[in-house]
Amino acid sequence: MAIAASKFESLELRNVGRSFGGANALVDLNLTVRAGEFIALLGPSGCGKSTALNCLAGLLPLTHGEIRIDGERVDTVAAERRGFGMVFQNYALFPHLTVEKNIAFGLQMRSVAKPEIKRRVAEALALVKLEQHAKKLPGQLSGGQQQRVAIARAVVLEPRLVLMDEPLSNLDAKLRLEMRTEIRRLHQSLGLTTIYVTHDQEEALSMADRLVVLREGRVQQVGTPEELHNAPVNWHVADFMGYRNLIDLEVTAVNGDAVVVEGRGLTLRGTAVERATVGDTVRVAIRPEDLVVVSPSVPVRGGNSTTATVSVVEYHGREFAVGVITPGGQALHVRSDFPPAIGTAVELTASPERVRAYPAELVDPSTLSVEERELEEVRR
Amino acid sequence: MSAPAVGRGKRAQTTRSTASLRHRLAERGVDKSLLMLVPAIIFAIALFVYPFSYGVGLTFQPSLATQDQWGAGIWSNYVAFFRDPFVFDSIYLTMRLALPVALFNVLVSIPVAFKLRHRFRGKKALTILLVLPITLGTVLTAQGMLIFAGRQGWLNRFLVSTGLVDEPLTLVNNYWGVLFSLIISGFPFAFLLISSYLSGIDPSIEAAAKTMGADWKQRFRRIILPLLAPGLATTFILTFVLAFSVFPSARLVGDASGETRVMALMAYRSFGELNDYPMASTIAVMMGLVELVVIALVLLWRASMFKGSTGGKG
Repeated sequence: MAIAASKFESLELRNVGRSFGGANALVDLNLTVRAGEFIALLGPSGCGKSTALNCLAGLLPLTHGEIRIDGERVDTVAAERRGFGMVFQNYALFPHLTVEKNIAFGLQMRSVAKPEIKRRVAEALALVKLEQHAKKLPGQLSGGQQQRVAIARAVVLEPRLVLMDEPLSNLDAKLRLEMRTEIRRLHQSLGLTTIYVTHDQEEALSMADRLVVLREGRVQQVGTPEELHNAPVNWHVADFMGYRNLIDLEVTAVNGDAVVVEGRGLTLRGTAVERATVGDTVRVAIRPEDLVVVSPSVPVRGGNSTTATVSVVEYHGREFAVGVITPGGQALHVRSDFPPAIGTAVELTASPERVRAYPAELVDPSTLSVEERELEEVRR
Repeated sequence: MSAPAVGRGKRAQTTRSTASLRHRLAERGVDKSLLMLVPAIIFAIALFVYPFSYGVGLTFQPSLATQDQWGAGIWSNYVAFFRDPFVFDSIYLTMRLALPVALFNVLVSIPVAFKLRHRFRGKKALTILLVLPITLGTVLTAQGMLIFAGRQGWLNRFLVSTGLVDEPLTLVNNYWGVLFSLIISGFPFAFLLISSYLSGIDPSIEAAAKTMGADWKQRFRRIILPLLAPGLATTFILTFVLAFSVFPSARLVGDASGETRVMALMAYRSFGELNDYPMASTIAVMMGLVELVVIALVLLWRASMFKGSTGGKG
């Protein structure tokens, strides 16, 4: 393959921050990206992930910190000279240029020789399988095809870094799955270094080598998909990673990090993420997939058992998504391998290590300023 | 239950529609709601179609004086228009005003609209200042210019007293006076139109060009200009037509019998001073034709702009 990524060793973001008229959109982003990595910036809307991407691309100037590639500062270089490729959420194709000319645009700007342009455009078109659409205008293509043009346009320049801003959010569910695989394939075959912004945790988990979870402009957690999936550091991340059951319960027994939590008609054995003492209120996070209805084929796990009444049953193909209500009136999302009758009582179980107890108040000292930290200590 | 219905539907498609005539007409957009257009049609006929055709008819009924001088029967008015340099030169005199004004308004609006696309301190105040002249009538503008830029106006007094010029500049009652007045009243239109066309271009398209390595000149020439071309053409046409039909300022701040003897003035002269309605109508019709020629040329340019960028050579 002739199209290949330009090489560098590492991209370093140091204390990168951006504020808009006093409001912080991004605070102290520290991240080291190795060449060839696929990094996903993940978070709900307004968390600063797109700001981070625009800062990297040079479309927004930084207000704090610096960005270095192999020790050389790039945040002071103009966007048009950074040599990054960017794929926009709305594709941002040039509506008056054909597919072919859209892809050739960047090469023309770099004064590449004409035969070379022709060869590389043809290769890029083949890469995204759009050869027969070369002469069409973007308006004549479907959403998925436009997306592929946008990707081809970015990779044909053999960029050091490819930035993608929610590239799949405007596509329908089926196409999104296809394009996911396509992007991952291109990433691997071209050896691209990619930074990918998304609000879809499933997308991030399935594509990225490492995930950066952002909330309100601050990094919450950086880790591999497994780490984030299995061990979110706080309940905000847990909430975002699909721990749909978030319940405030009281700790009634502690043994190391094993705890027993009670309340709202529930008694569960769980794992404390941070030190907890008897009497503390904790926020318990459990994935629906981990909280299951006991049946002949699903035994009680780790002595964890509690009962609840079935209120909603949804068919999900291989299993059933069930909504239950505890005797204390708490609604829970659980899974079952059989369809329980609505109104009946069922026994629920979850292995204790999958019942994660977080401090209810999210206070991460590293995110606080000095004054806030002092205030927090006085309150205690 | 649905099976027979489907069968009937199919037959109806292949043979004849079983729907009523009223229904079939309605499908083609012919129904009672068309009656709502009646008032509009009456107004259009009474206020435009009839006077316009009457005016065109008049041009073929030249006055005896015109016929005596130029001959050519019913074409006498047109012959007079092209042969009489006093009348014919007014095309050039009007063009000399309208073309530079339209060009200036469009070209200067582009950078201003560009700058005002971004947020900055005082943006609102500046926008208001740029648009405000729209509220001034031509007469008010002319009055102001006479006071401000006349030989005894503030501007000249200032320039002379500071020693920047030895003699007061002649800025009104000539070509320049009309030019300035047309720019003052035409610029807000051009600026507002171009701003709205510019805001219709997704800023991420420009951002994309930026990340692909295009500097601002390349972005403007290759991306913004082709996308803005239809808007520029429309704006040019509008400000051109506005300037071409100039009348009050040509009289008030111009030199009505000399270098700003524009077509509208000539038509007025025929109608108001010479009582020659047919000749006045002829000049009005020729005014419209000249404007149409310019509009056609601009639209041709616009089409070529788009063909050039979308049609493939390679």
